[in-house]
Amino acid sequence: MTSKRILLICRKAPYGNALARETAEIALAAGAFDQELAIAFIGDGVWQLLDQQDSADIQQKNHQKLLSAFELYGISESYAESAALAERNIDHSRLSLAAKPVNQQQLADLFEQADILLTV
Amino acid sequence: MEMIVDQQTIPLDKEGFLKDLNQWSPAVAEQLAKNEGITLSQDHWEIISLLQQFYREFELSPAMRPLVKYVGQQLGSDKGKSIYLLSLFPGSPAKFAAKIAGLPKPDNCL
Amino acid sequence: MILHTVNQSPFNNQSFADCLKFCRKGSSILLIEDGVYAGKKGTEYSALIESNNNINFYALAVDVKARGLTEDLSPAISLISDREFVDLTVTHKSVQSWF
Repeated sequence: MTSKRILLICRKAPYGNALARETAEIALAAGAFDQELAIAFIGDGVWQLLDQQDSADIQQKNHQKLLSAFELYGISESYAESAALAERNIDHSRLSLAAKPVNQQQLADLFEQADILLTV
Repeated sequence: MEMIVDQQTIPLDKEGFLKDLNQWSPAVAEQLAKNEGITLSQDHWEIISLLQQFYREFELSPAMRPLVKYVGQQLGSDKGKSIYLLSLFPGSPAKFAAKIAGLPKPDNCL
Repeated sequence: MILHTVNQSPFNNQSFADCLKFCRKGSSILLIEDGVYAGKKGTEYSALIESNNNINFYALAVDVKARGLTEDLSPAISLISDREFVDLTVTHKSVQSWF
């Protein structure tokens, strides 16, 4: 069986609703079953990457901690949309996950290369 | 389901996980292990503490693969093997060890 | 005076822009949940906040902290506690939610 290349596209900010967390959990499930998976953060999804998150006072699990488990789940390929980072004035030094900054052309290429696309 | 430890009633779900994770204590762990036919040794406790550390770090109960990797990183490659964890927690190590350590049931365990 | 609350990110939703359009001098805008992203320093939205100095801007501290923005919020915004949120709703005539 040839392995299919999955690309998860995250475009939601964390905490406001459950979508960011559920998408990350899909990534972990795929990683746990050794699927070939990459994850791209675009638009408001790049907010997920900010460091210094502390959600204890809103009684939610910390999204930054969840993303930090990616490495152990074998997910090492992640991308962040450069224009989205720039629009939000997010410096690379603030990214908790080592996501590779990519422009929109590169993202479009990644979308083309994937066998399975999942956008949330 | 429930069990009694030190005259306290501890409610369990139908798979034997603690309903209230705050009720965990080493004595509760001993009883949870006994329910699975496991007598806890030093080696078991080492993995149990490591799982609790994992949970504090990631707020997540690990699946088998990341658990093996984490054990390898933290305790060395001799212990970072499925076979080692299977010898301590036969059947489904990620599931049974999480149960005994008082963690929520892992989402993705076989 | 009206207390406006905005709970959506301005980067993918019109709530914040609509709220500003209908806001009068002396009104208050409280950013909550994903609405706090409007306060991120150095963005077009924090620039709007800073130029509207006849409006009082607040952000709910717990929501800012959860999102990792505590050190990174426009100085034109006052961080408030849950308790102060309640005080604001009491001292305003009505509350308008933009979501």
